[in-house]
Amino acid sequence: MAKSQIPKSFFACILLFTLLVGCYPKPAGKATTTLTVWHWMTDRQAAFQELTARYEAKTAVKVNFDLYAPSDAYTQKVRAAAQGINLPDIFGILGEKRDFASFIKAGHILDLTPYMEENNGTWKNKFFSNALAVNEFPEGNSYTVKAGVYGAPIDTMTIQMLYNKDLFKELGLNPNRPPATFAELLDIGKKIKSANMQGLVSGWGELWMIDCLANNYAFNIMGEEKVLATIRGEVSYTDPDWVRVFSLFKEMQETGVLSLGIITMVNKTAEQLFANNKAVFAFNGSWCVNVYKAMNPSLNYAAMLPPQASDKYPMRIWGGAGSSFMVNARSNNKEEAVKFLKWLTDKEQQAYLAQGTNNLPANKDSLSKIPDILAQFADDMELTTHPNIWGVSEFPAVIEAFDKGIQSIIIQEKTPQQVAAEVQRIKERELAKRRR
Amino acid sequence: MKIKSTLENYIFVLPAVAIFTIFYVIPFIWVFQLGLYDWDGILPTKVFVGLGNFKEIIFQDPSWWQAMRNAGYITLIALTFQNILAFLLAWACDREIRLKNFYRVIFFIPPVLSEIVVGMAWRFIINDIDGANIINRTLINIGLPQLAHSWLSDPKTALTTVALVHSWKGFGWGFLIFLAGLQTIPRELYEAVHVDGANAWQSFRKITIPLMIPVIVLVAILTVLGTMQAFVLIISLVQSELAGHTSVPVLRILASMRGSSRFGYACAQGIGFGVILVVISFIQYRFSRRARQIQ
Repeated sequence: MAKSQIPKSFFACILLFTLLVGCYPKPAGKATTTLTVWHWMTDRQAAFQELTARYEAKTAVKVNFDLYAPSDAYTQKVRAAAQGINLPDIFGILGEKRDFASFIKAGHILDLTPYMEENNGTWKNKFFSNALAVNEFPEGNSYTVKAGVYGAPIDTMTIQMLYNKDLFKELGLNPNRPPATFAELLDIGKKIKSANMQGLVSGWGELWMIDCLANNYAFNIMGEEKVLATIRGEVSYTDPDWVRVFSLFKEMQETGVLSLGIITMVNKTAEQLFANNKAVFAFNGSWCVNVYKAMNPSLNYAAMLPPQASDKYPMRIWGGAGSSFMVNARSNNKEEAVKFLKWLTDKEQQAYLAQGTNNLPANKDSLSKIPDILAQFADDMELTTHPNIWGVSEFPAVIEAFDKGIQSIIIQEKTPQQVAAEVQRIKERELAKRRR
Repeated sequence: MKIKSTLENYIFVLPAVAIFTIFYVIPFIWVFQLGLYDWDGILPTKVFVGLGNFKEIIFQDPSWWQAMRNAGYITLIALTFQNILAFLLAWACDREIRLKNFYRVIFFIPPVLSEIVVGMAWRFIINDIDGANIINRTLINIGLPQLAHSWLSDPKTALTTVALVHSWKGFGWGFLIFLAGLQTIPRELYEAVHVDGANAWQSFRKITIPLMIPVIVLVAILTVLGTMQAFVLIISLVQSELAGHTSVPVLRILASMRGSSRFGYACAQGIGFGVILVVISFIQYRFSRRARQIQ
């Protein structure tokens, strides 16, 4: 009997202790609100944590930056949380504009327009217009989303070509004069081939980066109007201008501009090759500055626009769209979350992020403090465009056929004409489905 | 009394039935139900399309059938090369040879390695641009430079390379099961046929093969199910679908779900794929019963 009473009193003491500890009031002056932010940016986690410490010291609001990487895993986590109505206070969306629109229509994202517009648009006017446009849905948009701004950009990017200055010297080229025309690029390709070097490296195994360069050239060859008309279904992919776009990849492959195995290359591999002076060109986003710095601080390189294939229209590059944060419309801490985003996008915090992570800031006033190589990316900001600001989206099946078609051209399996016909066939199928 | 006994029996199996229902039956029904909708995985509303997704898979999605063909090719190599190798090695280790325990351990190392690790290791061995290029260097050193090329980027060799690496990774499972099967064959049978004058080939054909048929069928079914669903190794080895040349059904399902945001279609692909696997397994089972009857 006595034996059985000892454990009971012991457990009773533990229970009492737990209750007392649980009921003990929080010390005065400590954070009373905790915001949770989900993101995928491994390279920015340390900088975010430093900023949250500063924010907590200033406002007594604690902010937890929860990192979920890689980006694929993050995307799935956000989608699963959306389905379970379990999103954090602040989160980012990776994906296309139509996914963003679906999140808004499902009521997951707070409309930030009133906050952006208050005080004569003080917050809105801080940003590069291209960076904000990614988070904006204009009146009468094709996604049928109520017009407004639904996210705050925290950085911007441009995707360009890069060249290795040391390897340029080895090839007998002027390291301060990158190729300006497509013909010049092909000439360099021949030199690369005869020197048995690797040409252009990029993550073309991941498809979307092929799409990116192909669209750059599409804008250069046929202009924005015709590209968008094609997406709307008014121009065929078998149009000679599109066939010309596909042909550029054939020419790059044949002359030696493209590196061996580029179509099975992920961007991380491409970054390693370029950083280790094993490739003459790279096609990469401005985030690469931080990556190359970590891999090889003495890498001697510069950014350049993709060489023009036509002088009819200006070369346009993908950009503007960096990382953005959205506020959960169902969060109990909406107002605090908006305040935090306003603070995070202020000049001082943006400059800290830009310097600490070598990413282009979203705040225009923070540009003065960025490194030289990053400034080269920023110089072409006015030439940027992005599918997320076009107002129309291509069918996913067409994008896939388009990108895989270019892969087939590179491996010399299909001709540009065959790929154009195949893409158009899928386009017509998808249009017919939509009409039904 | 009989009712009480029956009820008791049902109560005993109830936990198992409940777990099976919650984790298998309900998700299956739910996935099938989602397969009848056009849904992006985010919007709360779904558009009912009936069997439209299934029709599209069957009649309008050549990339799906290309992926099925690719998976079929990898499976064929696994069923033949991988399993014959596993069987022969198991047969050798079942005999009185030196260091047989050592070989058993060695042959079982590849299956216990992670597919990601195996893929990356073989990519390092095979690949020329971001790897050690060992295969090509060896070919050049032995005087066969004409055979050296980009094994993983060439569509003509990429799938076969994947299939061979998959076989290297998977033969250990077959080896282990075959070895266990061989050890259950009574030694007296071999002694008896030996007394009757049968040679090694005859005892292999008349004793080993007939008694191993259930094991061979089991290994074949496991090989088909495991290989048709393989995708991690492909991601780590080739890192892309190589313009469809290395795509497999699971990668297509992932592409529908992640790349195209077509959850409903991805569910329909999953169900369709599951049905195909069940049908293949059923055919194999029927075939094995028939083979046993003939024997």
